[in-house]
Amino acid sequence: MDSSKLLGITTFIYMFSSVIYLALFIFRIKKIGLLATVVTIIGLLVHTAGIGMRWLESYQMGIGHAPLSNMYESLVFFAWSIVLLYIVVEFIYKNKVIGAFAMPFAFGSMAYASLSPEFSDRITPLVPALQSNWLIAHVFTCFIGYAAFAVACGTGIMYLVKLRDKGDSPNSLLATLPPLKVIDDITHKIILFGFIWLTAGIISGAVWANSAWGTYWSWDPKETWSLITWFIYASALHARFTRGWGGKRIAWISIIGFLAVVFTYYGVNFLLSGLHSYGAS
Amino acid sequence: MKKGKNSFWSFFASVKLALFCFFTLAIASIVGTIIPQKESPGVYIQKYGETTAEIFRLLNIPDMYNSWWFVSLLALFSINLIVCSIDRLPTVWKMVTMDNLATKVDRLEKMTPRSRFASSKPVQEVVAEVKHTLGGAGWKPSQRESENGTLLFAQKTPWVRFGVYIVHLSILVIFAGAIIGSLFGENGSIMVREKAIFSNYFDRYTSERVPLGFEIRVDDFALTYYDTGTPKEFKSDLTVIEGGQEVLRKSIVVNDPLDYKGYTFYQASYQAQDDYWISVQNQNTGERKMLMARPGVELKWQEAGITLGIINLLQPDRWGRYRLKIWFSDGKGEPSVFWLDGDTVVSVERPDTAYAFKSEQVFSTGLQVAKDPGVWPVYIGFIIMLCGLVVAFFLSHKRVWVYIDETGNKTRVLVAGSANKNRVAFENIFDALVEKLEENETLKLSKE
Repeated sequence: MDSSKLLGITTFIYMFSSVIYLALFIFRIKKIGLLATVVTIIGLLVHTAGIGMRWLESYQMGIGHAPLSNMYESLVFFAWSIVLLYIVVEFIYKNKVIGAFAMPFAFGSMAYASLSPEFSDRITPLVPALQSNWLIAHVFTCFIGYAAFAVACGTGIMYLVKLRDKGDSPNSLLATLPPLKVIDDITHKIILFGFIWLTAGIISGAVWANSAWGTYWSWDPKETWSLITWFIYASALHARFTRGWGGKRIAWISIIGFLAVVFTYYGVNFLLSGLHSYGAS
Repeated sequence: MKKGKNSFWSFFASVKLALFCFFTLAIASIVGTIIPQKESPGVYIQKYGETTAEIFRLLNIPDMYNSWWFVSLLALFSINLIVCSIDRLPTVWKMVTMDNLATKVDRLEKMTPRSRFASSKPVQEVVAEVKHTLGGAGWKPSQRESENGTLLFAQKTPWVRFGVYIVHLSILVIFAGAIIGSLFGENGSIMVREKAIFSNYFDRYTSERVPLGFEIRVDDFALTYYDTGTPKEFKSDLTVIEGGQEVLRKSIVVNDPLDYKGYTFYQASYQAQDDYWISVQNQNTGERKMLMARPGVELKWQEAGITLGIINLLQPDRWGRYRLKIWFSDGKGEPSVFWLDGDTVVSVERPDTAYAFKSEQVFSTGLQVAKDPGVWPVYIGFIIMLCGLVVAFFLSHKRVWVYIDETGNKTRVLVAGSANKNRVAFENIFDALVEKLEENETLKLSKE
């Protein structure tokens, strides 16, 4: 069993898991809740094994490095972070409906990594610029942050969906969603969590840049976009702390913020030129 | 001057201004990621036309992150941070240092969470036992008697209320570091050929020669490849020379620079030269000489009476492999002509002795030179920021009051608590504490 097989299986498990969570939400089949969680955890284990295997394989090829070096590997890791974070959120809030809004992100990321013809899943050696201990710290911090923002975007969408619930029928589809106040609180807490990791990601990137190029900040498009993302979430936090913003506006910011994350992560590599070019292959 | 009434002050202290700064900084930053930065004027004219290029020039768009208006925005942001922090700190200070034992009992009666109990034990005994239980749970209570009863108060981490301001401070520390860097920092680069010594570099902005105050010799540059043909490592062996003495040697690679006297030398680029190093060693005497040979140019090792040259070559491929055809004469007998491959030793028999040949392509190494005394403040700012965020987001100021008084022949106990954030988590802590009190055998509490 090699890593690409394991990761391929993971993609299917996540698809299955997304379907169960959606069924749980749409058809309100409470009984399959446990199944959804179990399938997701199995998926996460297979996924972890796949990443570990890929790491091992790179050593067997004599070019050993953490599997965080190109677009394919980062999409795989992005999905892994989302699932891990989602499982934790599910256990803390004891709410499985969030899965219907979070797991599709993980499935999407895996499917895009494996199906998109522009990314190769071949293990390639590390270019000199990436040969640093900062690689793991930088990618790890950034992606935990990105994953948190993905889940926050999911709960933000959930909030906007729930807004259409007029409360006239306790049996309506939307009545199964948690109360608005709870969704709002979850979104806010996940944004807080993501914000710390994004900050740590930007900082680790700055320290790395300084140790490799002699400058901790050079307004490279990737750096700049990560800062723009930081500003977006910072404004959400300020508006909430001091002006009591919540609900709809925070939900929208969680969506806009995630679009900025996607652009920082993905768009910059393809649409703008800069120092992070190795992320594009 | 009363701050609260001054609209000028309250403008700079406002969150509205902070949101405005976030928004404009974000939007402005986008511009610089779309329009290429620091290109020559011609590039903008070619790409955007003359009129647009002129507008760009007037607005400093080609170097917008250093433009007067962008720097002013950052300055406005800093002023906002400072004024808002000064504006709010006194209130927070009061919250942190306030006398919580002065809290009125009727306020405690409205707090959530709270619990009420009664006990048959005398007040003094209950006070002592509650103090003991609180202490055992990590709360160190202080005590004050009033005419009607006894108030106990304990709190945890009141200073976390400063968390947000720690984060604000960290941003200012980072900005201070950046300003120090831009005032006293140096940045530039230099391209040096192997075996050469340099004592200057070229400034990044002015392109002027800047003296280092010491010398560095490039002993060697090595480029290695993976089997796939992609570069694996760029490495320069550097020796620092000061006052004619070799003081430091280090091999630098892309992620591992050389530090000396505040300067840092980074491996940034390289350039392959047309020349080749050829090492010739007399196998009998052991004498050895390194000669730099350019294809088609004759070289002499005078003392040994040797003449040699590269008369043909196969250019390096993508793994850096090449072949040289060498013409060699030591003045005895017919000259030798032979192929010499990169990274291999070739031995050539001559009438008197044998010679060992080795070659290596000559490279120039591109070094980035930086000196930034502002880096440490920036790093300290980073650490403060991360600590501040954790404090501001995840820690809370938790307070617990216990009021004990006597009505009739019963002792009444009122437990109340508050936290400035994460109230759900606090309620769990509070419930656990109350449970501990209830379980206390000596107290014999009963719910009221």
